[in-house]
Amino acid sequence: MNEERIGVYVCHCGSNIAGTVAVEEVAQWAAKLPNVVVSRDYKFMCSSLGQELVEKDIKELGLTRVVVAACSPHMHERTFRATCERAGLNPFLFEMANIRELDSWATDDRAAATQKAKAMVSAAVRRVVYHQPLQLLPVKINPNTLIVGGGVAGITAALEIANAGYHVYLVEREPSIGGHMAQLDKTFPTLDCSACILTPKMVDVAQNKNITLLSWSQVEAVEGYVGNFTVTVRKKARYVNEEKCTGCGICIEKCPKKVIDEVFEAGLGYRKAIYRPFPQAVPKYPVIDTSNCIFFQRGKCKACQMFCPTDAIDFEQQDQILKLEVGNIILAIGYDTFDPRRIPQYGYGRLANVFTSLEFERMVNAAGPTGGRIVLRDGVTTPKSVAIIHCVGSRDKNYNEHCSRICCMYSLKFSHLLHERLPDAQVYEFYIDIRATAKRYEEFYHRVLEEGTRFIRGRVAEVTDAARMPGEEGKLIVQYEDTLIGKQRRLPVDMVILSLGMEARRDSREVAQIFGLGCEYNGFFIERHPKLDPVNTMTEGIQIAGACQGPMAIPEAVAQGAAAAARVLSLISQGTVMMEPVRAHIDADKCSGCRICNNLCPYNAIVFHEDRKVSEVITALCQGCGACVAACPSAAITGAHFTDEQVMAQIEGMLWDVQPQFAMTSMETR
Amino acid sequence: MTATAIAARAPTFLEEVIARTPGESHLERCIQCGTCGGSCPSGADMEHTPRGLFALINAGLRELVLRSNAPWYCVSCYYCTVRCPQQIHITDVMYTLKRMAIDEGYYTESTARDAPEFSKTFIDFVESNGRSFELGLATAYHLRHRPLNAVGMVPMAVGMLRRGRMDLVPTRIKGIKQLQAILKRAKELGGAK
Amino acid sequence: MRYGYYPGCSLERSAAAYHQSAMAVVQTLGIDLVEIDDWNCCGATEYFSINLLPAYALVARNLALAQDQGISNQLVAPCSACFLNLTKTDRYMMESSKLAADVNEALAAGGLHYTPGTVRVRHLLEVIVNDVGYDAVAARVSKPLTGLRVAAYYGCLIVRPGYGGIFDDPEHPTALDKLMRVLGAEVVDFPLRAQCCGGHMTQISQEVAFEMIRRLLKNAADYEADVIVTVCPMCQLNLDAYQPNVNQFFGTDYTIPVLYFTQLMGLAFGASPIELGIGKEFVDARPALDKIGVALPLTEAPRRPERPKEALPMPRMEEE
Repeated sequence: MNEERIGVYVCHCGSNIAGTVAVEEVAQWAAKLPNVVVSRDYKFMCSSLGQELVEKDIKELGLTRVVVAACSPHMHERTFRATCERAGLNPFLFEMANIRELDSWATDDRAAATQKAKAMVSAAVRRVVYHQPLQLLPVKINPNTLIVGGGVAGITAALEIANAGYHVYLVEREPSIGGHMAQLDKTFPTLDCSACILTPKMVDVAQNKNITLLSWSQVEAVEGYVGNFTVTVRKKARYVNEEKCTGCGICIEKCPKKVIDEVFEAGLGYRKAIYRPFPQAVPKYPVIDTSNCIFFQRGKCKACQMFCPTDAIDFEQQDQILKLEVGNIILAIGYDTFDPRRIPQYGYGRLANVFTSLEFERMVNAAGPTGGRIVLRDGVTTPKSVAIIHCVGSRDKNYNEHCSRICCMYSLKFSHLLHERLPDAQVYEFYIDIRATAKRYEEFYHRVLEEGTRFIRGRVAEVTDAARMPGEEGKLIVQYEDTLIGKQRRLPVDMVILSLGMEARRDSREVAQIFGLGCEYNGFFIERHPKLDPVNTMTEGIQIAGACQGPMAIPEAVAQGAAAAARVLSLISQGTVMMEPVRAHIDADKCSGCRICNNLCPYNAIVFHEDRKVSEVITALCQGCGACVAACPSAAITGAHFTDEQVMAQIEGMLWDVQPQFAMTSMETR
Repeated sequence: MTATAIAARAPTFLEEVIARTPGESHLERCIQCGTCGGSCPSGADMEHTPRGLFALINAGLRELVLRSNAPWYCVSCYYCTVRCPQQIHITDVMYTLKRMAIDEGYYTESTARDAPEFSKTFIDFVESNGRSFELGLATAYHLRHRPLNAVGMVPMAVGMLRRGRMDLVPTRIKGIKQLQAILKRAKELGGAK
Repeated sequence: MRYGYYPGCSLERSAAAYHQSAMAVVQTLGIDLVEIDDWNCCGATEYFSINLLPAYALVARNLALAQDQGISNQLVAPCSACFLNLTKTDRYMMESSKLAADVNEALAAGGLHYTPGTVRVRHLLEVIVNDVGYDAVAARVSKPLTGLRVAAYYGCLIVRPGYGGIFDDPEHPTALDKLMRVLGAEVVDFPLRAQCCGGHMTQISQEVAFEMIRRLLKNAADYEADVIVTVCPMCQLNLDAYQPNVNQFFGTDYTIPVLYFTQLMGLAFGASPIELGIGKEFVDARPALDKIGVALPLTEAPRRPERPKEALPMPRMEEE
């Protein structure tokens, strides 16, 4: 037996824990555990009164170890470590048992929850005895920042940081920054021209000396940790020399190959094989799409090269691999729209005059394929009636359970634009609920009501061209239940617009893998805390901003971009950051020099000394992942704060109610 | 809702319907979007759309629900079930409402009261022969419940006979006693979820 | 390839032609369908309306027979309603141990027991498409159905709700279209391909049923189909036998023959119409048969109408 004196504190968390766990019982029971000198329960341990209780006991009862059974360590581990430190105890001589997220919130069974709480407290008490005093490690912050994604969130973050005087690398996959916002016509509810308010910011990015813009580029690998990341970026060959190109656009004009533009024009318009997505593109340099370029496919043509006045076309250009050193990373990779081909009953792709919301954005845009004329797929006919279908791919467990938040409002905007451009057309909005929940949104809804749009409450069942009655021939028939009158009805219209929901980027899981982040079940990145830390992630030094975190409109994306920038600037201005001292250490006397750990380390933090034939961990590089600790065949590697003794004691404590002889038998048979 | 919370009071009508539907019907999830009512091939002729029925169930309006012709007009096409954004097993719920309407006698007040009679006549033949018997079914059901219609349907029945598409006598399976024993035991057990 | 076979009541008499043609076709394709001895009715759409546990027990007796007779662990049903009831019972018994226990207690009264999951129930179309495959079918075609305009009609229960696994899109299935093309037929667009034929509504409300049948006939007529091809005896009966009644009711004059997919396969394989039970339809199939009797050269795929130069591009679809 050792001499440690442990204090145990069981938190009620109001009724969050006490509603399910018999906290008094757990505290009284814990008082009898070995080494425990005091055990208390308290309404809110994290309150200043709760913390003072701990401080007082440390001083008056001479506690050498502290256990708090409360919420997740993500919430309050730092709080109670600070409490210990204030009372003169090394903060690492503290252990937290999570009896809220892992216990009281997980069940309604009071007896089982109380039993589990005892097991978790017992585990913490046994473990904390073996804790050693540790010190946080200071790490220097590289002041450069990487931002991935040049939509409005990424642009905002980049400008905030650059204007504060620090360098930003802005990586964009497409040939131009601008993101979805650059495709839109008007923005709700103010009806500002989207491009008019976005392009000045894009130009600012191009002209800011602190921003290195890497468009037509992708991040391939990330190494390191907060303050010191090394990022590998592939800058794809544009086949256009950026030093020489003036952006005059003659090459585009002369290119003989017309291709459907699936990205910027959302499939509704064409571009050339050498192209710039839109006239205000930043940067202004075009790119060659090699899979459609006649020269790359058949070895002949070179029209662009022949006509280029500055000899900027370079068919020999190669991809470049860049290594960037940065201290912080912001991910702002945006969203994808739902693919409506997944709902065959809405007919998209089979029925010509069913359009997506993004197609309609391009159609109403004066710079779009029709010059802003609203027409059917034949390019000529003006629709006399338009049905707008809400919630396509949203609020549906078969596709995406979440509400995409923006569709109600952009659908209302479509109604308004239709009334403005086609005063004779009848417009119908098919909705389940109108969600107009931000500033001036409800007012906009009222305005559209007054303009004469007919609102029909009912999720559309199907869109078909199979006419049943006279009057339906040659039309698109929308079949639905008008739920406010409880009748099934059919409505023949000329045009249908599907209001597509927002989804995480199709490759968001691969991106999360590269950056070491977590994804929700639907692919959106997980924030550190949904309310109090919405732009931070569980990975130190990596922030998220905009619709890659969840469906949101432009104002929220901008706010998140600025918030992420503020987080980064705060770290840069601190200069150093204190890191958890959870690090591996190799006992040179035990190391056999087998080098198994060397290649296993994802951070390249282990060096091998040829002279002494032993491996050594470079503490500054180690991230404490534990891979080497588990792999070492000689058990020569120890993880600080996760020693074998600590972990074994924790397991034994967890199994306190298992009969010892039974436990022995099961151990022996292994 | 937790099981303990429900046990503490009498079940609502909604909970009764859920309890009598096999598997996880998820009826409690309904958001009243109307996809079912819009998709239903016979929805235009129902006194209440499926969605409308679910609203009535939620409101506890038992008589209105069990008297409605809607469950009997369900053709089991399963469009509502595969399209429901909440993945409610709507067709199964319709079967539950039919059974409840019969058990509680409300179906006789329904405008679709012939439908359960048709089901019952059908089952009578299955229970006594092990196979369905189209001629017997048509005659017995139409003469008993739709005498006027029976006359109208004669040409079609004759057509079926003439084309050799209808039997004059029912087929009976060898193991009819075995089947009857099984069905008898099943009826005694009843109430399976 | 050997499978258990559950014909279902309809195929005994009203849809005997389906049974007859199916047998002819599977023989050509080298499939052995062995009928389950002493099977009983599946209860159609009726038994579940009246009494739940007997309804499951009724279906489960067939599963138990299929399991015990050891023909194959796969059971083929040509009727979509039987296919649904068999797959549904197996699936729900797997999901609910309470239901499985109750059903087995009932079965025990007849000396039977069924272990959920032991018998895999499949629809005949699915077996032909997936186990035999389009290529093997194509290899047997000796008299292609060139020039015959076919509306491929799936109805409901073969594609929805998918208790036996999803085999084709529940909204826009295409397997039968492909099969018909393999036979050389010209498959017309048929937007209502998976809509309901009216089911038992013919017995409950003729107005409602006739309207549902009318929609399907109109849609097939709008696309100038020579014949509607079905995969279910109930669909065939409703569209064929009630077609004169529908015409009378609405004052229309549809004369679209309705054949089983196995009948068209048989014709393409060179069998005679009599062998395939053709001739028992209410709506005369001869005009349609005449079309394939005439040996027309392979028709070219209809040219897409020229798109005007102002036309906006259509969204890209994956090849069907």
